[in-house]
Amino acid sequence: MLLTVTTTHRPATDLGYLLHKHPDRAQRFDVTTGVAHVVYPEAAEDRCTAALLLEVDPIELVRGRRGSAAEGFSLGQYVNDRPYVASSLLAVALGKVFGSALKGRCEARQELAATPIPLEIHLPVLPCRGGSPLAERLFGPLGWSVTARPIPLDPAFPDWGDSHYLDLRLAGTLRLADALTQLYVLLPVLDDAKHYWVSVDEVDKLIRAGGDWLGAHPDRELITTRYLAHQRRFAEEALSRLTELDDRPAEAPESASAGHDAADDRLPSLADQRRAAILAELRACDARRVVDLGCGEGNLLRALLTDQFVTEIVGVDAAPRTLAVAASRLRLEQLPERQRDRITLLHGSATYADSRLTGYDAVVLSEVVEHVDPPRLPDLASAVFGAARPRTVIVTTPNVEYNVRWPTLPSGATRHPDHRFEWTRTEFADWAEQVCAAHGYAARIEPVGPVDPEVGAPTQLAVFSRESAVTR
Amino acid sequence: MKLAVPELSLVALVGVSGSGKSTFASRHFAATQVLSSDAFRAMVSDDENDQSATADAFDALYYVAGKRLTAGRLTVVDATHLQREDRAKLIALAKAHDVLPVAIVLDLPENVCAGRNSAHRGLPAQVLARQRDALRRSLRHLQKEGFRKVHVLSTVDDVDSAEIVFEKAYNDRRELTGPFDIIGDVHGCRSELETLLASLGYLLDRDADGRAVGARHPLGRTAVFVGDLVDRGPDTPGVLRLVMGMVAAGTALCVSGNHENKLIRALDGRQVTVSHGLAESLAQLAGEPEEFRAAARDFMYGLVSHYRLDGGRLVVAHAGLKEEYHGRASGRVRSFCLYGETTGETDEYGLPVRHPWANEYRGAASVVYGHTPVSETAWVNNTICLDTGCVFGGTLTALRWPERELVSVPAERVHYEPVRPLAPPESLAQHRKADLLRIEDVLGSRTVETGILGRVKVREENAAGALEVMSRFAIDPHWLVYLPPTMAPCATASAEGFLEHPAEAFAAYRADGVSEVVCEEKHMGSRAVVVLCRDNEVARRRFGVADDTTGAVYTRTGRSFFDDPARTERLLDRVRRAVDRAGLWAELATDWLVLDAELLPWSVKAGELLRRQYAPVGAAARAVLPAAVSVLERAADRGVDVAELVARQRNRAVHAEEFTAAYGRYCWPVDDLDGVRLAPFQLLAGEGASYAARDHGWQLALLDRLVAADQDLIRATTRVVVDVRDEASVAAGTAWWTDLTDAGGEGMVVKPFAGFARGRHGVVQPGVKCRGREYLRIIYGPDYTEPAHLSRLRQRNLGRKRSLALREYALGLESLARFAAGEPLWRIHEAVFAVLALESEPVDPRL
Repeated sequence: MLLTVTTTHRPATDLGYLLHKHPDRAQRFDVTTGVAHVVYPEAAEDRCTAALLLEVDPIELVRGRRGSAAEGFSLGQYVNDRPYVASSLLAVALGKVFGSALKGRCEARQELAATPIPLEIHLPVLPCRGGSPLAERLFGPLGWSVTARPIPLDPAFPDWGDSHYLDLRLAGTLRLADALTQLYVLLPVLDDAKHYWVSVDEVDKLIRAGGDWLGAHPDRELITTRYLAHQRRFAEEALSRLTELDDRPAEAPESASAGHDAADDRLPSLADQRRAAILAELRACDARRVVDLGCGEGNLLRALLTDQFVTEIVGVDAAPRTLAVAASRLRLEQLPERQRDRITLLHGSATYADSRLTGYDAVVLSEVVEHVDPPRLPDLASAVFGAARPRTVIVTTPNVEYNVRWPTLPSGATRHPDHRFEWTRTEFADWAEQVCAAHGYAARIEPVGPVDPEVGAPTQLAVFSRESAVTR
Repeated sequence: MKLAVPELSLVALVGVSGSGKSTFASRHFAATQVLSSDAFRAMVSDDENDQSATADAFDALYYVAGKRLTAGRLTVVDATHLQREDRAKLIALAKAHDVLPVAIVLDLPENVCAGRNSAHRGLPAQVLARQRDALRRSLRHLQKEGFRKVHVLSTVDDVDSAEIVFEKAYNDRRELTGPFDIIGDVHGCRSELETLLASLGYLLDRDADGRAVGARHPLGRTAVFVGDLVDRGPDTPGVLRLVMGMVAAGTALCVSGNHENKLIRALDGRQVTVSHGLAESLAQLAGEPEEFRAAARDFMYGLVSHYRLDGGRLVVAHAGLKEEYHGRASGRVRSFCLYGETTGETDEYGLPVRHPWANEYRGAASVVYGHTPVSETAWVNNTICLDTGCVFGGTLTALRWPERELVSVPAERVHYEPVRPLAPPESLAQHRKADLLRIEDVLGSRTVETGILGRVKVREENAAGALEVMSRFAIDPHWLVYLPPTMAPCATASAEGFLEHPAEAFAAYRADGVSEVVCEEKHMGSRAVVVLCRDNEVARRRFGVADDTTGAVYTRTGRSFFDDPARTERLLDRVRRAVDRAGLWAELATDWLVLDAELLPWSVKAGELLRRQYAPVGAAARAVLPAAVSVLERAADRGVDVAELVARQRNRAVHAEEFTAAYGRYCWPVDDLDGVRLAPFQLLAGEGASYAARDHGWQLALLDRLVAADQDLIRATTRVVVDVRDEASVAAGTAWWTDLTDAGGEGMVVKPFAGFARGRHGVVQPGVKCRGREYLRIIYGPDYTEPAHLSRLRQRNLGRKRSLALREYALGLESLARFAAGEPLWRIHEAVFAVLALESEPVDPRL
């Protein structure tokens, strides 16, 4: 990875003093991720350029890691852009190699260090989530004129388009220390990823580095958020391994907030209305012992917990990680014993019969069926209506007809990327009828949310009641 | 004195303190079989005489006893058992585990006990006196309380001469190995029974009046009747006469049906509702002489409710039997055998709704039963119902065991009108209910029995990791009969500049004693398992799928390869036509096939991966390295010493180009199936057979014919056979690999030519991969060939990968064998799921 800093201030070779690096020598510095080199491709009276070249050790980058990912169980680790791009690794090297310059200290030329001088910065490969507009937005207000050229992914495959890398050139008249601290902060912000774990002392670092200019930056919020909020959960290892087997990119599994309620953010109260409708139906049929099958991170569980009408709650989900999140969001460990005894979380799946789920008053499948591939729906029905066989089953699912009422939802798109289908009211009713015929239930379907005269309500809810005497 | 004790029972020793119970127990039973209250008191309180710990001690004792009885182990409880309520708890425990409670009472003279007491424990005399009182009051009630056997030893001589004789359970006839002909509900259809026996090869014995009074098979086969010989039909006495004769002669076994049970009560003059064809039996039997009625009554009374046969592999019971009850004896076991388990609900005809126990059955023993008339028999989870409603005008059916062939004869007429119509042939929906998978089939710490490696263990956390993928992303488990095992690379190369090289692959097989290997081109696309049926009818019948699909194409984790089902069907259709043209259906006598294949190009499946991971690395490297070289060259021009640095960056710039070229070879545009190539390299299974362990000569010859049938779609696997003991052959193989990889090929897979092979250390790796130098750039990064990097990358541990590869291979063969043999879905899914679970073990994915 490469960064060049050029000045046309005369004498330009004063850059050597400002950076504390002699223009006529190649200098190397060991940094944690490899070796940093400083050389000057030009050093004349009218123009002087210093280059910082960081040679990242790709093997050490993988094998030298500590913590859970230390052994390097992700396939992507060696095929990694970090050795080539201007990322936080470069920012760290910048801090180490040009530490004094960054602080604006220069015994030999202290006045010059405090003076804005004409500067040109070149980053041949800058990863930038947000493209050249973001680079413009972040550097422009700081007094830079920005020239950003996107780098194509592969000329052999033009239809793949551009990469998220920019060839970035900045020109402006700034104090060198400001220029360097801006890079120090903004490289990881543009990249939107950091190579080291973000911790509390990052806040101090940010304030130290960005003190002079960050406060006035119109995008300071974006900058601080991106800089500090990268506590990206490590993808659960098992899941990412299995994903890679399928030639899919390994990445964090769909995050908590992208759960099935995410799409409803458009209409913030829909999830609440749905939960209220479910609770009302549970009361109406006197269901006190309730299974939330596909409980996710526990939004419905929390509602059930606060309703003393419900005496026993079982939350089931297929993802152990999600269950762990649910447990911590519900603060199960801190609940008083009597509350704690009301709730159990189980690892399970709606497509497998599960004897642990028999004998309850009701099973709730809230926004679950649409995450199941249609060929597996009969198994879900057999497991829930045939094997668990509670008195009452409550199913909620989107009404796809309503999607046209959401202008932000592209036509034909589902409300959530993982939805395998979304049913019309007729399709839902047909499915309910089949289930009833196969398993001896009777169903009633209710709208949830504002009812549109043409397309119905956004959510449809079915209450299935077991026919006690007659079974087929 | 001989004391009979059932092999599986809960034995209570009864006697006052000092009566010698512990001594008796230690003499006649293994130490682990005896649970002593004293020992448990000591365990929970550190003092075996601490009476305040008694309740806790018995809690713990009963808990342990329960575990032993669940596992089917004889258990002896050494406690005084002088109080009725203590004995009641023990009897309840026996019943809860469906074993017989037995009491052995040590009722020794007072002076004997007193002497021992003073020497041993020193209880006050009045305590002993109270105990003796309690014992005396207890003695005559023991039988009534529920002990099935009560042995009383009243003298020291009795005790000294006592000898325990273990009795086999009535239902335990595991020593009989048949072969058997198991016959469904006869219900008085004597003529059809005679016809069936004749068609099974039995010779009938007739009395002077020409009535069949026995039958025997020239090959010594044994008939087994599932009960319900009587009622409804035209000749209940005739059926009884024949079966009684056979049972007496030892040519048949018979279990009791519910109809026999009720008929006995009617014959004994008890109040019963005369319905469901009982009237016919009573009328017919009224015409028989009294001796016959008495003999028939005694015969039916003596029928046991289930048999375990053939080493435990076969269980016969009238209404079936769940696994926990096999070999057990209790009222509820008998009731299950006779009536099945009812849900308490009744159906629209007023008949009890039966709990579908067979859907949940996971036992190893095959359970053969009758009771519920069906119009067609079908195996459900290793159970089969043979009641094909002969008396209602259906058929009378027999199952030949161990052949598992069905033989049936039609009813001569409708002898009796059914209350409800015979169940129609099992619908697909019912079938799917029957093979619904259960969470306990996959979750938890499990072991899967495999043919080649024995028990393969699946750790609980790995199973948990796999459940999400399996339940959220995998295709219908009915299609998922196999997941490809992982494959280990060859040992790290010793040749300079290489991470992998053929020399190590050949050497490894040589060391294992495998001489002939096949080197197959490793296609660089994405793994695809193809399940192909001749048509949707086959898919429904053989795979139990409920939709219109005719097969499946899925990835290594069981996801559908294509998102669009129509595209999958179009691909299947092409492959199907190639199989048609190649004539493989007839040749392999199958109407479905499972193929292991690679689907190319890589970019079809990996498009996103390429655009998000591979191409960006190449783009970044190609942009930054020339810039770095230029900066350094200008510095060098100024006289700065950067020679080494610039040389290295020039090298890296070349690597960046090579890296880009490496992945680029595996990318080309496709439009639906245009441009898609399928490279099948193994036939995995067809009807009745797993082909997975067959030799690769056979495999490749058949696959070549598929290639010839559709060259546009199906890509050949080039290969060369190498004799690893022959230097020239090894050199030729190495040269072949070098050419292949120089031309941009991924590499090769070296496999024992014979397919499956055992070597000095057990099962040999079914294949090792040997990847090309350029290909490995997309695994280890553009610069991996730098000596400084390579030397570190060579430090890699292959042990876990190899072990994983073998275990997954064993599981793969197992799931195919189970599917080919028509085993229940849960048995196939168990093995398939285990592969996915093992794949979530943390092993370096670059290997």
